Parts: sequence; structure tokens; C-alpha cells
Amino acid sequence: MDKRTTWTNWTMWARGVVAVIALPLLLTGCGYNDFQRLDETTKSAWSEVLNQYQRRADLVPNIVATVKGEAAFEQDTLTKVVEARARATAIQVTPETLNNPEAFKKFQAAQGELGSALSRLMVVSERYPDLKANQGFRDLRVQLEGTENRITVARNRYIQTVQEYNVLTRSFPSNLTAMVFSYATKPNFAVENEKAISAPPTVDFTKKP
Amino acid sequence: MRAADRLRRWILAGLLLVGGVVATGAGQVWAQDVLPVPPLNAHVIDQTGTLDASQTQALEQKLAAFEREKGSQIVVFMVATTLPEDISSFANRVGNAWKIGRKAVGDGVLLIVAKNDRKARIEVAKTLEGAIPDLAAKQIIDSAITPNFRNGNYALGLTAAIDQITARIAGEALPAPATQKPAGMYLGDFQWTDLAIFMFFAVPIAGGIARSVFGRKLGSLVVGGGVGALAMLVTASLVVAGLAGIVALIVTMMMGGLGGLGSGLPRRGGGSGYGGWGAGTGGFGGGSGGGFGSGGGGFSSGGGGDFGGGGASGDW
Repeated sequence: MDKRTTWTNWTMWARGVVAVIALPLLLTGCGYNDFQRLDETTKSAWSEVLNQYQRRADLVPNIVATVKGEAAFEQDTLTKVVEARARATAIQVTPETLNNPEAFKKFQAAQGELGSALSRLMVVSERYPDLKANQGFRDLRVQLEGTENRITVARNRYIQTVQEYNVLTRSFPSNLTAMVFSYATKPNFAVENEKAISAPPTVDFTKKP
Repeated sequence: MRAADRLRRWILAGLLLVGGVVATGAGQVWAQDVLPVPPLNAHVIDQTGTLDASQTQALEQKLAAFEREKGSQIVVFMVATTLPEDISSFANRVGNAWKIGRKAVGDGVLLIVAKNDRKARIEVAKTLEGAIPDLAAKQIIDSAITPNFRNGNYALGLTAAIDQITARIAGEALPAPATQKPAGMYLGDFQWTDLAIFMFFAVPIAGGIARSVFGRKLGSLVVGGGVGALAMLVTASLVVAGLAGIVALIVTMMMGGLGGLGSGLPRRGGGSGYGGWGAGTGGFGGGSGGGFGSGGGGFSSGGGGDFGGGGASGDW
């Protein structure tokens, strides 16, 4: 009898130890903390993306003002930039945008439009020697390049963190956690003109551009 | 007994599963066939063979001297071509792979020259974006690199560019460079939490074993001495070592109430305790082998540079 009680005592104790060791293991295994960590990481990566987009939007008025100084500049290109900027900055970005694929897509489209309008402006500006020689315009050009680079880096980092988050949401033990707490996958950046860039370019040397 | 056995099996399976998930996460590799990033072993890496030995040496010494003086790391990297990437994304990738710049400061600059592409780029880590804004980087390229490279004076152009970069960084308020530690035990960035976890897991286990082998008093002494010696080895601090030793000694002495179980336990407890310590070592193993060989003229990245796309490119 006496021997028996010590035996059950021992198993009870061992079970307790196992439970104490297993509990944190189970908690880390289910990935709850990883979800919290990655959610915050994606949020901060997203803030960086917004930050850089804002920086680009802030550059646009200066670029437009400088280009306007060039008397004969293509008005069409210029207005497109101004309009694209207005559209891009009109979109209110809230934290919910991150979890709303529709709003995310809209925002991305507006920013993509501004990006292509600006690059079109830069290409057109090559035709104006005075503008190219203008130190102010050259400086703005460097700043725009730097900003575009930063946008690329920020977007890449966002893409990576979202990928990590989405993998966690969908892979085995942690997808149960995601189900319990209803964590959905987050929308990621995509190329907006996928069709256009996958088509082979037409090269035609017969007429001048 | 059977229940406990089953439980143990489940835990083992769980551990394997978690391990598998971690391993698959780490196994993802770069998919596109872009240029590989070479190992960083000098301030000047010339893959094109443009600079002769004395020129490389002179640049290397200049950059090493600046690193000693100010702490910031500047690396010159010459490649033939960056294709298929453009120079800015290549520079960013290399910069973030090398993480040039001191840990926790992140003051690094990467000067990349793609000789056959006739392009150069100054990639600036985030910390130094204030000291070298994009415009300044562009100006350095336009004034130092472009004219000299056009005439084939690569070494001259690089020297002039480095002079301008260092002049700009010198004006920035950065933390003073760390005084050189004597060569020997310097384990990158040692984590206090690692030590705490180690003490929490290992000391009771080792204590249990030592007590059952040597008895209470001698066992406590052995554990205390061992922990003290280990702490001395890791932190190289006598005070920390002494404190750790005393704490371990007291913990082992205090384990009186659990003594009988302590000796029966070590097998299972030992397994999990080892897991905790293993995770800790992983933590500082990842911190790059920085610090080693700093006295011998070798160079390794500080591992703190974060490159967010700042800097400027130019051509000649």
C-alpha cells in the first residue's frame, strides 16, 4: 500500500513536469505568438511602403513646378502626372486596407498609375535639352530615382513578410490556430500589367518614335 | 507508465513536427539565377582585376583606418557586370546580404562598380542616409567617379570618392568605435536571456546529478564552481562569473526538498533543458562571426547595416 502511494505520487509528479514542459511547447507549436509577431511585422513593413509612397507624392509638386518652367513641355504628360497624384493621394489608407483585398488592389492600382505617369514624364523630359541641363530638375530626378528604389525595397520587404504570414496561416499545425482566431491570408503586391509584360514587345525600326 | 510513455511519444512527435516546419522555412532559396553574393573578407573586393596589388592595399588601409577611427564600414566592390539585375537592386541585395555596418549602429556604405556595364553606385545604409543623402551620393559619383573612370583612372576615382564619403560620415554624430577587445573569447553579441535560460534549466539538472554523485555539500560546490567557470569563459567578467557561481551554489543547496526526485528525474528533464540551451546557442551563432580577427588585419562585417535603397547610381 505504502509502496503504491509513492508510485502514484511519482507518476503524478512526472505528469506535472511533462505538462509544465509541454505547455509552452504546445503554445509555441500552435504558432499563436508567431501570428502576433508576423502581424506586427507586416504592419510595420506596410507603414514603410506607405512612407515611401508619401515621399514620392511629396516630390511630385516640385517636379511639376520645375517642368512647367519649360515653356513647350507636353501638357498631356504633365496633366496625367498631376491627375494620377491626385487620385493616389485621395485614397484613404486604413489598417483595414491590409486585410481587404479589394481596397488593397485599388490602392495599388492608383500608385502604379502614378509610377507609370512619372516614368513617362522622365522619358519625355529627355527630349528637352534645357530641362535636362537644369540643375534643379536633375536633383529632383535623383531624388525621384532614390524614392523609387526605396519603394521597391519596401515593397519587397512587405512581400516577404506577407509571404511568411500567409505560409503560417496555411501550413499545418498553425492553420488550426488561424481557423480558431479567424486569421485570413493577407493580400500581396502583384504586377498590375501582367498581360502587357508577358506579351513579347514589337520592335519596329521603320518609323521614328 | 503507459500513459506517460504515450505522452512522451506525442511530445517527441510534436517536436519533430515543429523542427520540420522550421527546416522547410529555412530551406527556401533564391529562385532566380542572379549573381551570387561573394563572401565579404576585405574592404576592397575587386573581381575584375582592375586594381593592382598596391592600389588595393592603399584603399584597404584607408578604409581600415577609417573604420578604426570612426567605426563606420565602407566596402568597395568591383564586378564585371550586375546582369541580369540592374545595379541598384544588385547593390541593395549585396548590401543586405553583407549587412555592412556596426551592429546596433548600422553605419555602412557600399560602393559598387560594374566595370563592363560602365555603371557605379553608392549604396547607403539607412543610418547614414542623413550623412549621405541621395543627392550627395550622386554628386560624389559625378565629381569623383565619372571623370576619373572615363580616363581609365579607376584607383584615383575610387580614392577621391572614398575621401568624399569619409568626409561626410566624419561630420555625422555616431557612437564612438568600440575599443578593441583583446583577441580571444568574444562571442559576438552575448544574450543575457540565454544565460538566464541556461541557469534555469541546466543548474537544477546538473545540481541533481552532482548531489546524487558527490553528496549535498560537495555537489553544490562542484556545480557552483562549474557554472562560475563557464560564466567566466562566456562573459570574460570575474564579477559575473562569481555571481553566477554563487547563485548556482545556493540553488543546488536549496534543492533539498526535491532531492529525492531530483536524482530520479535527470533523464527526462535533461532532454528538455538541452533543447532550451540549444535554442540559445542558435541565437548568437546567427550573429555573424564578427569581431574575430579584428586585431589581425582581417575584416568582417559588423552585421548591422540595413539598406533601404538609399544612395545613387551613375555611369561613365
